[in-house]
Parts: sequence; structure tokens; C-alpha cells
Amino acid sequence: MSKMTNIMALNGNEAIAEAMKQINPDVVASYPITPQTIIVERFSEFVSDGLVDTEFLAAESEHSAMSSCIGAAAAGGRTMTATSSQGFALMLEMLYIASSMRLPIVMAVANRALSGPINIHCDHSDSMSGRDSGWIQIYSENVQEAYDNIIQAIRISENKDVRLPVMVCMDGFTTSHCVERVEILDETSVKNFVGEYEMHNSLLDIEHPVTYGPIALQDYYFEHKRQLLDAMDHAITVIENTSEEFEKLSGRKYGLVEAYNMDEAEIAIIVIGSTAGTVKSFIDGSGNNKLGLLKIRSFRPFPIKEITNKLKNCRAVAVLDRALSPGSLGGPLFTEVRSAFYDEQTKPIILSYIYGLGGRDTTTNMISQVYQDLESTIKTGKTGKLVNYLGLRGE
Amino acid sequence: MIKKGWRDLPKGGLILSAGNAIEYKTGNWRKEIPVIDLQKCNNCMICWIFCPEGTISVIDGKVTGIVMSHCKGCGICAAECPTKVIEMKMETNE
Repeated sequence: MSKMTNIMALNGNEAIAEAMKQINPDVVASYPITPQTIIVERFSEFVSDGLVDTEFLAAESEHSAMSSCIGAAAAGGRTMTATSSQGFALMLEMLYIASSMRLPIVMAVANRALSGPINIHCDHSDSMSGRDSGWIQIYSENVQEAYDNIIQAIRISENKDVRLPVMVCMDGFTTSHCVERVEILDETSVKNFVGEYEMHNSLLDIEHPVTYGPIALQDYYFEHKRQLLDAMDHAITVIENTSEEFEKLSGRKYGLVEAYNMDEAEIAIIVIGSTAGTVKSFIDGSGNNKLGLLKIRSFRPFPIKEITNKLKNCRAVAVLDRALSPGSLGGPLFTEVRSAFYDEQTKPIILSYIYGLGGRDTTTNMISQVYQDLESTIKTGKTGKLVNYLGLRGE
Repeated sequence: MIKKGWRDLPKGGLILSAGNAIEYKTGNWRKEIPVIDLQKCNNCMICWIFCPEGTISVIDGKVTGIVMSHCKGCGICAAECPTKVIEMKMETNE
């Protein structure tokens, strides 16, 4: 563990800005949007105060911000940005360009519901709309994880076997705006951990001219997409290795998933983001070793083996989704978890719960209800409704 | 031309060498073929300027022909030729 750990009281946005200051990227191009604004605001202060060498570009839209990041990364700079919700949606076209050009950009996302109706509070509908964009997606439960994940994301993104952009997500307001105790590493340790940026195929390297973004039609497009899948496969190992190295530095353990109270668990909840904290709190209060939690840290790449392995002894599992896929069966996490179990000999009963849309509060009482549902499912053998809604009126 | 598999291509769809457009044979886009009457050509070089693919061959200031591996058959040369010595004809399999 690092000798020079600073304890600070920061919200998620400030902690991410702090991590960005320590990383000192070459370029940050961004546009402010609630609830991410404080990241950009705080970072621009660091630029004004001369605490970073970063070229800071206040773009005129998120589409321009991501386009600028793509240009900066192709030119050979370590590049970062941040966004939320509608800004994310406006970037979406360029997200695919960034990943297909294999540019290591790191972006913080303060998750917020997509309009409409217009809403500024948390759900995962923004980043879930980018789940097929070819970006790695790492989700944070709290402020500490948001800070730690940003630092690790640089290493994951720039790894030569990966070279994919990474988005580090945290729950809007719940994590982005709540002040928590955070252990901040000393700047030298962070700089050593992320290392010097190694340029690849820089557009500015006139000795080795390179073309970015040429057309690839029926003859080559498919092959390039297959390469991207390969990079995602490599990311599984790279995320694990980076977590191990980060643990040596910080003492904090990470992985593709986090299993909580799972050793003897018969029923479990699978969830992404800050609600994992609510579930942990309920489990701790219950003192019941039959209740488990599996938190998904890496949604892309999707850690199929880890999920089926950690849940193999469970009899019933509830998958909590904070996003809709209208017309599908349950939320995006539910369909993928269920699919992951298809080839398993023994598999738990798997139920879908949609929760927290538009920032709807998710309480320990609701978590209690989910565990009760799972328990009665085991006892009666009847699954009841496959897709359920937590805290929705009129159910 | 044998196309490479996904493992052998540069990552990110990049082209890692310069000046390789010549390897992309645009000649097979052609439906009509320009036929130039070199006897009547006054070597004004207007076709040479206008050709989007740079297919007009010139040796010692004189037009010597059109490189068919890259001529797309767009007909710009025929349209711009002031002496009307380039004629667009239907491409045949001969």
C-alpha cells in the first residue's frame, strides 16, 4: 500500500477531476452537462491554476467534444473527457468511431436518465445505449471506486492488446454529488502507475505517415469489427491484471465482478452501480449468510465465466436493471445473465427487476422484498412474474 | 488479389503506408471507356488536369494514352477536351 495516502472528503465528480489532475492527460475536450459538470468545471480550474499541462478544449457540443478527443488521440495524445445522458446520446455516433479506430480515450460518465420525459437523475439508460459501441464499460459503486477506476482505465485502455476507449460510469447525483471519504493516492504513485503515454501511429509522425478512417466496405468492414471483438476478449485478462497491480499500490481489491457474502449464499442479487451499496447494507443488517450479492464492475467486456462461476451454487437470482430495453424481456443485464447460464448444467431461477428509473429511490425495504420473492420462489417452486418493477406505483 | 484475414490487418482500419492509392484499381468501376485519337490530340493537357484519377499518361509533353487499370470511365476527359478527340464508348469484354 502506498505510504502517502491522503484522506479527503470529495464527491464523485471532484474525485474524478482529482484523478485526472494526477494523470495529467495531454488533451481534455468536453462539454458540461448535469450531473457531470463539476468534473469539467473542477478540471478547468486545475488548467487555469497551472496544476496540469493539459490542452483543455471547451467544445461547443458533446459531438464536437468526442470528435476532438478522437483527433487528439489519433494525433498521439493521452486524451480524456466526461459526459452524461443527452450529451452521451449526442456523442453516440462518435463513440463508434473512437472504438473502431482503436483509440485509447478514457471518459467519465455520470449516469443520468435519457429524456423523455426530461429528467436529470440517475439511471443507466445513457451508457446502456452505448453498450454495443465497442467501448469498455466499467461501473463504480461509490466515490472511491470512481477515483480508482479512472486511474485503472488509463492502463486498460492503453494496453497494446486492448487499445480500446474506456468509459468509467458512476451513478449521477448518488455518487457524482455525494461527498464521501476517499483515499487519494500520492501523485507520483499515480503517475508511475499510469506511466508515460506511448504513441501509436501518430498522425503527427511525418516520418511514418498513416491514414485514419479510410472507407472499408463489403471487403474489409467485417474483418475490422472482428478485430474489435478480439480486443474485448483481451480486455478480460487486462482488467484483471490491472486490478491486481492496483491492489499492490492501493490495498483495494478489484476484479471483473465483486462477490459479496456469496460463499454460502442460496439466493443472490446481481446489480450494477451504487445500489450494490444498498444491497450490502441490507445483507449486513440481516446477518444472513444465505443472501448474496454479485456486483458487475465490467459490463463490457461481459464477464460470463465469472458470473456463472460465482452464482453456480445459488438456487434463485434476481437481476436488477436500471435501464429498459422496451420490447425485450426485462433489462439488458437480465437478458445477458440468463443467456450466460444457457449452457450450464445446473442453473438458478433467474428473475428480472427493473428499478430506479429517472432516479427513483431504491431502499433497503425494496431489496428486502426482492430477497423475499426469491425465497418464496425456492419454497413454492413457482416463479410468479418473470419481470418485476421495484417501487413502481400501480403494480 | 488475395485479401488478408482479420488477424493480419492493421488495427483500427489504419493504412500504415503512404502513396498506395495506386494499388486500388478503380478501373473495374468502368462502364464506358474513353477512346482517344492521338493523331488529332494537340496535347493541351486539359484532360490531364481534369482526370480525377490521374490516368492520362504523358511522356515528353505528349499524351500517350490512358491507364485503364484506374480509369473509372467518368467521361470528364471527353467532356472537357476542347478538340473533341476523346470519345466515350461502351465497355466490352474483349
